[in-house]
Amino acid sequence: MLDYVLPRYRVMRDADLCTSCGVCVRTCANEVHQLDEETGRLSVRNGACVNCQRCVLTCPEQAIVITRWPQVDSGSANWTQETMQDISKQAQTGAVLLSSMGTPKPYPIYWDHLLLNASQVTNPSIDPLREPMETRVFLGSRPEILKVNERDEKVFAPLPPQLRLDVPLMFSAMSFGSISLNAQKALALAARELGTFFNCGEGGLHQDLEEFADCCIVQVASGRFGVNPHYLGVAGAIEIKIGQGAKPGIGGHLPGEKITAEVSRTRMIPQGTDAISPAPHHDIYSIEDLRQLVFSLKEATGYAKPIAVKVAAVHNVAAIASGMARAGADIIVLDGFRGGTGAAPKRIRDNVGIPIELALAAVDQRLREESIRSTVSLVAGGSIRNSADIVRAIALGADAVSCASAPLIAMGCHQCKDCSSGKCNWGIATQRPDLTRRLKPEAAAERVVNLVRAWTREIEEMMGGMGINAIDSLRGNRLMLRGVGLNEKELEILGVKYAGE
Amino acid sequence: MFDSKGPREGEVRIPSGCAIAAIMDRSGNRHDGSDILKSIALMHDRSNGLGGGFAAYGIYPEYKELYAFHIMYESREARAETEAYLDRFFMSEKQERIPTESVAAIKNPPDIWRYFVAPHPMRLANSGLDEAEYTMQHVFHINGKIDGAFVASSGKNMGAFKGVGYPEDIGEFYRIQDYDAWAWTAHGRFPTNTPGWWGGAHPFTLLNWSVVHNGEISSYDANRRYVEQFGYDCELQTDTEVITYLIDLLARRHGFSQEMAAHIMAAPSWEEIDRMAPERAAFETALRTVYSSALVNGPFSIIVGSDEGLLALNDRLKLRALMAAEKGSMVYMASEQAAIELVCPDAENVRSIEGGVPFVVQLDSVAARRARESAENCPAREKPFRHEVEVHPRRKERSHA
Repeated sequence: MLDYVLPRYRVMRDADLCTSCGVCVRTCANEVHQLDEETGRLSVRNGACVNCQRCVLTCPEQAIVITRWPQVDSGSANWTQETMQDISKQAQTGAVLLSSMGTPKPYPIYWDHLLLNASQVTNPSIDPLREPMETRVFLGSRPEILKVNERDEKVFAPLPPQLRLDVPLMFSAMSFGSISLNAQKALALAARELGTFFNCGEGGLHQDLEEFADCCIVQVASGRFGVNPHYLGVAGAIEIKIGQGAKPGIGGHLPGEKITAEVSRTRMIPQGTDAISPAPHHDIYSIEDLRQLVFSLKEATGYAKPIAVKVAAVHNVAAIASGMARAGADIIVLDGFRGGTGAAPKRIRDNVGIPIELALAAVDQRLREESIRSTVSLVAGGSIRNSADIVRAIALGADAVSCASAPLIAMGCHQCKDCSSGKCNWGIATQRPDLTRRLKPEAAAERVVNLVRAWTREIEEMMGGMGINAIDSLRGNRLMLRGVGLNEKELEILGVKYAGE
Repeated sequence: MFDSKGPREGEVRIPSGCAIAAIMDRSGNRHDGSDILKSIALMHDRSNGLGGGFAAYGIYPEYKELYAFHIMYESREARAETEAYLDRFFMSEKQERIPTESVAAIKNPPDIWRYFVAPHPMRLANSGLDEAEYTMQHVFHINGKIDGAFVASSGKNMGAFKGVGYPEDIGEFYRIQDYDAWAWTAHGRFPTNTPGWWGGAHPFTLLNWSVVHNGEISSYDANRRYVEQFGYDCELQTDTEVITYLIDLLARRHGFSQEMAAHIMAAPSWEEIDRMAPERAAFETALRTVYSSALVNGPFSIIVGSDEGLLALNDRLKLRALMAAEKGSMVYMASEQAAIELVCPDAENVRSIEGGVPFVVQLDSVAARRARESAENCPAREKPFRHEVEVHPRRKERSHA
């Protein structure tokens, strides 16, 4: 039967510039570019192109440009090309549509409706080049009151374990399997260099990364892959993953063909079998069950590591987060619905969950109403795009943010949203040795470090402008934000005033 | 009553510049208000006539175990409602209008009263609160819920005298030369907007605390949202208010010394902590971690008055002026050195207060007591209530036997 699916992109090669060197043929794992051995002519399979832009950037002659497929749609605002193409694909395969990365739908991005403050006249802005500017944060739970002996300068009891972050940003969870070992290693190198943490996701900690374990947060997810006492013992912290912003309420499925010998060893499952993470943790059907898992992990690690609990931002997130704090979580991690993923059902990714800005504001406020905000740490993720987003997140109430898409983009990701195919031409979301080889961990780490250093400098500049020289004084400081283009309800939930107020 | 078309203090946040001054006799000897009046008057140009005031300690020795409430009323109804409320929750020993003088520059003053009260013993016992917490919550109620009434001060053997005007006019209005105190603080305010009412003037007080402050803190909302978790409602939206609540939280509720409370609010930088010996660094790290939201940022210079004495603190970067000097048992502080030298020309040890380093002046009697006491902080909620373990002090003249 005729395939109704149209190509999404059209690859255009400038014949005048092309020297038929064949770099594009060799670089494209999707086999878009074809070389006819006999004639030496290059041809293109437009339908296979995912617009990862690898050929565009590697072509020595800059002879390649990719455009959208120019086919005009039906003219209906309702039955758009994409809607109809989805139907065609499902009519053909009978399958759930899969996609990757964060939702591309034009939902409101509240970050872009929040403007920052700066000092004028009544108090001075602070020049970060002249004065110390502090971006260090600690994550973990704290007592409400610290008991000390002032004369001896000693604390009665040591604080619960804390993670020290020199920058208010960590790398969010990405498992070995969803990304390559080289990509994980790049994040590990960058985290160590920056004084922050990466997160190995639910795929276990590869033995090559053990030397970075002290700057690694290890995950305990519903599939329990790779979890053993050693794994828990070496990590800097443990994160219980309840949900992910891109796919709240559902589990994961890594097909058997991706379970290579390496992945099998790290995940502790037989080679070639499907790795299925159930939708819920089958030992957590309620909040009191979470408390048991939190304390099991604390017991297993001698109360020496903070336990984070990560949830997707969903409708009732404020009450859920408050319950998590009461269940013993030291760090609450919120993941907004614009967050990325290696693979998720498209309908889930594009329709389930709520934006991180609203979730964060609601959770921070609720924890304050319950008088427990200062006893627990709060981390927000799910589409942090730049340093201004970090400043806004902290001003709304986060202790730190986590981000994954941005460091991947720093390494070469072009958001083609085809991670699940395993054919990432940038060597990030793939296990194919010929592709992963393209990503050099040291070089990629350097780009990530550069990015975070640049962001940190920008954060310092913005803080200095506000007259703030320690990030502690930015946290929850919502007067530093003003809304534009928001309605009263949105302002109320975000807890900010309108610009001009 | 003061009439203004704009929003009143509390409805908006009003940045201010200021002059502050303080005089204290460590020996506990009392002096009248003429020196503090001269000292603050010299800094006339640092205020703009929209707020001035004084706090005085040791002025009511004959009622020293009773809470002295100074309350401003904008209407007769407000006074009736407040007095009915006080009658319910406190036992009043004496109430009177605070004597004032007509001053040409002071327009439309409110009706200002003082009450010497003790918590109603039954209600106090049933509240499950200690005396200070009980009193504080009722002060919050009057300020927040009774329209047209504002408690200017609520401590023991102390009082605040404040209003809309230049501080020297306010001082004359309240006849502060008629009071004798072992510590005086003063404030002249330069708000950018009309505060609209007398409640917005400073010193800001709570229980025995009084705070005068010059600056505009950039951490305001972080600090506000921190203390509001613990029942401190920031009605006035001023820096001084939130700083007072931070000190009350740390020093009274969490049991730290005032010096440690100030140290927490102007914590050493991580750079300094990293250079410390490991044990000291661990101590400072724990303080900064637990109390990160109590860090006060941006320019400020404050003088905190209490029953122990005075405490001065500057922001870590020293973005506001504050000078100190001594002469015998006297200690002087002011935004400008000239304001000290005017009242004590041969002052010694004249110096600028260092950024982030608490400057503590205690009554000799308090310093001696403190040296004997444990250096461990005992949070208020872990202490037994005084009214449960001690015989409630009865004043001699009250016994009818």
